[in-house]
This record gives sequence, C-alpha cells and structure tokens, in this order.
Amino acid sequence: MLANLLVFGRLLRSLGLDVTIGQMLDVVQALGRVDIGRRSDVYHTMRTLLVRRREHLTLFDAAFDAFWQDHGERWGRRDLRSIGEPRGSVKVQIDVVTPEADDRPSEAEADADQSLELPEAPIQTSSPIEAIRNQDFADFTPDELAQARAALARLDWDPGQRRTRRWVAGHGARIDLRRAWRQTVRTGEIVHLPQRARLTRPRPLVLLCDVSGSMERYSRMLLHFAYTLTRARDRVEAFLFSTRLTRVTTQLRANRIDDAVAAVARSVPDWSGGTRIGDALKTLHQRWARSILRGETVVLLVSDGWDRGDPAELRDQVARLQRSCYRLIWLSPLVGTADYAPLTRGLVAALPFVDDFLPARTLGNLEDLARHLSTLQPRRQPRRQFVSGLRSVAASPAG
Amino acid sequence: MHETAAGAFQSIDDLQQRLARHSYIAERGLAVSIFLALSLRRPLFLEGEAGVGKTAVAKALAAALDTELIRLQCYEGLDIHHALYEWDYARQLLELRLLEATRAIDRPEARREIFSENFLIKRPLLKALEGAKGRPPVLLIDEIDRADEEFEGFLLELLSEFQVTIPELGTIRAVEAPVVILTSNRTREVHDALKRRCLYQWIDYPTFDKELAIVEQRVPDASARLVEQVTAVIQELRTVELYKVPGVSETLDWAAALVALGRESLNAETVEETLGVILKAREDVEAIRGERLGGLLSRAMLRGVRKSG
Repeated sequence: MLANLLVFGRLLRSLGLDVTIGQMLDVVQALGRVDIGRRSDVYHTMRTLLVRRREHLTLFDAAFDAFWQDHGERWGRRDLRSIGEPRGSVKVQIDVVTPEADDRPSEAEADADQSLELPEAPIQTSSPIEAIRNQDFADFTPDELAQARAALARLDWDPGQRRTRRWVAGHGARIDLRRAWRQTVRTGEIVHLPQRARLTRPRPLVLLCDVSGSMERYSRMLLHFAYTLTRARDRVEAFLFSTRLTRVTTQLRANRIDDAVAAVARSVPDWSGGTRIGDALKTLHQRWARSILRGETVVLLVSDGWDRGDPAELRDQVARLQRSCYRLIWLSPLVGTADYAPLTRGLVAALPFVDDFLPARTLGNLEDLARHLSTLQPRRQPRRQFVSGLRSVAASPAG
Repeated sequence: MHETAAGAFQSIDDLQQRLARHSYIAERGLAVSIFLALSLRRPLFLEGEAGVGKTAVAKALAAALDTELIRLQCYEGLDIHHALYEWDYARQLLELRLLEATRAIDRPEARREIFSENFLIKRPLLKALEGAKGRPPVLLIDEIDRADEEFEGFLLELLSEFQVTIPELGTIRAVEAPVVILTSNRTREVHDALKRRCLYQWIDYPTFDKELAIVEQRVPDASARLVEQVTAVIQELRTVELYKVPGVSETLDWAAALVALGRESLNAETVEETLGVILKAREDVEAIRGERLGGLLSRAMLRGVRKSG
C-alpha cells in the first residue's frame, strides 16, 4: 500500500499537481482513521489532502480511477500515459518552438544577420527608434519590429496606484492612536502625533486584444505588446478574441517571446476570424469577471471596432464592462489615420461608455499610453451617467 | 482532553447523520473532509460559488458539536486590531485620569493595571483561541478571498501555532485548537502557502435530489409539489448562461417567498412575479423573462415528472 501510495504521489506530480512529502505523510496518517475498505472514503481522503485547486480536481479523479482500479494491485501503464497527455501537451507547447507562418521571415532574417539578435540589448541607440516612432505598425519590417519590441520593453508600464483600505504608519490624514498611546505610556507625554495613511498598490490590468481578420496587420505587434505587458507586471490578465474569447495569460508568461507567441497561436481557435466583440465581452463577464474584474482594474480593449454583431449588444456589454472596472481604455489602430472618424454602428453605440478612446498605431502612441496610465488617480473620478437604454445614441452617429 | 473535538464523531456516517439532524445534508466527500479536519486537527478550506452552503457547514458543525460558532467576516484592509485584539484607549485614558486624581502614580504599577485584560477588546480570533463553554469553538473565517495578502500572511502564522503574542500582556495560547473553517468565493486565488495548511474541499451546486432534500428540510411549509417545481426550475436555470447563477440560498429564499405568497404550485405568472428573488442581475432577468421562461418551465416540469415517476 505504502509503496503504491508513493508511486501515486509521483504520478500526481507528473501531472502538474504540487504534492509534497508532508502531504503524503498526512495521507498515511489520515488513512488510518477512515475505513480503507470503502473505496469512496479512500478517494475523498486523498482528494481533500492532495488537491488544492479546483482545476486539479478532474485531473486527480482521472489519475485515481486509473491507478486504483484494482485496489492498487495492478494498473495498466497505458492508462497512466493517456492521463498524462492532456497536461503533458501543455508543457510541450511551451518547450517546442514552432514559429507561425507569418513569423518565419523574421526568423530567417535573424539567422542571416547575426547582429539582429543584439538590438534587444540596451546598447540600442535612440536614433533608429526615433525613425520608427511614428511609423504605422502595419508597415514594420521584421528589423523594425525587433527594435520596436525592445523599445516597448523599456517603457515603464505602470497603470497607476490604487488606494487600498489598509492603514499603515505614514504621513496621512489620521492620527495613529495606538502609537500615540504607546508613546505616552513610554515617555509620559506626547512629543508628536504619529499619523496613519492609506497603503497604495499598483492597479491590476486586463488586456483584451482583437485578433480578427481586419486587425491582422496589427496582430503581431499586439502580441508583442501583450507579452511585454504581461511580463512587466504581476497582475495582468490577457485575452484574445475575434468571435470567441481566449485567455492567454499563462501562455504569455513563457520565458521567450517566440515560445509565448507559438503557444498563444495554438490556443486561439479563431485567429483572424470575424469580429463579435459583444459576444466576446459577454463571455468575459460570465466566465471571468468575478475573478479578474474589480473596481480597481484598468481595462485596455484593443480593437478597430469593425464589429459584425448587434450594435445594441455591443453597447450593453461595453457599458457593463465600464461599470465593472476603474477605467476602460479603448485603443484603436485606426485613430489618427487620415480622415478617420469612429462611424461604425457598433463603435458609435459603444463609445459613450468608454473612458478613453486612444490611438494605438505607432510606437509613439504606446509611449503616450504608458504615460497616460501612470497619471491615473488613486481614487476614482466621477463618471458621467448614460442611460444604456437610449436608442438614439446608436441611431444617429455624430457629424 | 484533546480528544473532545477530534473524537466527537465515531465515524463518517455518524458525522453525516448528526449534521443532517441540524438541517445540513453533506455529500460524502465533504463529510470525509470534515471528519479528517477534526481528527487531524487541521483547518478546512471550502471553496465554491456563492450560495452553495459554505457558511452553513460551519453553523451546522457548531450545532452538531454543541459548541460556539465564532465568525470572522473578511474584508479588504482587515487588520489584527479588528481580527485579533484592540486596546480600549478611551477607557485606558479615563482610568489613567482616575489614578492621577486619587493617588500619586506609581508608573510600573499603573502600566500593569492599564494594560491588563480588563482593557482588552477581544476580536473573533482571540475569542476563538480562548474558547468558551470549556470546549473549542468552531472558528469560521468567512470569504478569505476578500481580505488582502497581508492578512493571509498573518493568518498563516496563527493557524500553524494557535497562539498569539500581545506585547503588553504576553503570549496567549489556545488550550485546545479551535475547529477552523475557511471559505472562499474564489474571486481571487488564495495563496498556496495558506492552502497548504488546510484540507481542501470544493463544494459544487447540489444535484436535483440533494437540493430537493435540502428544500424539503429547510422550508417545511412548502407543498411537495412546489418544492419539486422550485428545485427543477433552479436546476434548469443553472444550465443557462447567466451572469449570476442562483445558489442554494436563492432556492431556499424563493421557496420561502412562494410559501409566504400562499402559492401551492408554479406557473409562468408566479415565476415572473418572483423572478427577482432568484436572479440578481438585470440582464439575467431580461434574458429569462418572456418566451424563454415558458420553455424553461416546461423543461423543468418534465424533469420533475421524470424524477418523481
């Protein structure tokens, strides 16, 4: 039994569960207290002691079934391998580099010209960056892309601080009675009044990127942007969407950008498909909002606003998104191009519920964005109220 | 002495029956977790959607153990002064004034007097350590995901030692560790180090039969037909994409509301009137109201018939 238990522990570890020796000892101890003859109790005992995350529950169940099917006497190797597969393949995705078709040119050129590997290092002079600062991402050559990437990584992505509810010692609005009193008792009199201030923390960031067909020319740069942002800060969640929403936060945490991009490319089922921003946002609200959207979050929505869905639906979803975050920033690669006006029906309907509508077409734009983010206030600014049921907003585009 | 909580139940079946006697129907998995948490003296970490009965577990367990339930509701910024203890400054100052007025102050003496237990405001965690009724209480640390990381760190220390040091008073140690239950709605991932101290249990929405039994027990005045229909509709609603899925507490509220209105069974009109009891997002109410309601009801009725037949 004990030997089997240890093998089982190793199996769970190989599946990605973080099982410690201490936990295995707990299991041994716990099994002494339940009826081992009853399979379901043994199962629940191990489950409650060895699993700590909901995502691991199904993995554990599969492993348990395969391993202990004959009371642990015999177990087929084939079964074990097949459980490992779904999980194992995730690792493979990250380890093996298979550049996407549209990434190949850059790879090939990188091989041809060794010096291209260097621009990532900070030896970079500023002049080449100046040259491409105001250039449209869509017109970038692979060299310029590499330079832009390095420039992006050097930017300070600080989405502002938020005031938390925790009080700490400091120069703030309140008198720290506790410390004042302590001082009095120690010295007999009050020399000065210690104060308390609110602790601030960096705001969490949620990035939603449109990778539909119309955004295709920008999607590579967008991925670099997402990668940089995810790597630069702790509390960033990244999603890609065209008709469906895919969470790519974990994929983007890979160490090398090529690995990250390859992993992301594989996990998005509808790359360069149509655009249904409303549906994607609905999925966000129903599946993810509870854990990632809070009043303190800054949301960056990157899209050109060419939406095939119902404008009213888009408006409602964007309005809900705005209500559930601190600041909703819509970035569009079309803003700032010659005679562009946000006239698509969906965009016209949604824009009243967006806090900032900013361009994201050039490196300069992204620098401005970084600057804009760092000026966000620790406390919420009042928003104008809109009646979301107002049809006329969608019906009559301004101008 | 240490066996009071640990040996309170002879077996897992015994535990299940005694929880049931206090109106809590526990799945086998949950019962095993509670049993082990008691016998291994480890905290139990319960995760699940809102309204699946996480808090109710603690209440039922306290009742079954015939001990006190001490509840600490977590929120952002919760610190030791609100969770553990606080000195009563106002009374301390007053006392100091009194001492000054009556006699010359002997400094160390005054200090001892002012920082004595009389001036200590005990918050839930300290109360839980001290226990009452001579037996360890059930300590419910509710919605830990609402507290911030600093508090988690502090809790980690408390849960491993079950003792605290108050600088002015000394160390207070639990005679017997309280039964600790932590709950989380999973609005954020709680740190692994804290989970590592605990047994983990995910509570899912109950199956039709279990929920039926729960409603029958908690809303005894409802007719059998109503209970069955209410449960069926809720179960059906959980299969629909909603912003806020109704939990068991909504089922119970709804059944109670319908009883209060004197309804014996459900029809489309009744459901529409009382939709606000179960659906808490305007978008959800709008999505369900109207033609979808009819389809939902007929599917629910079919399920009820199938189950009872």
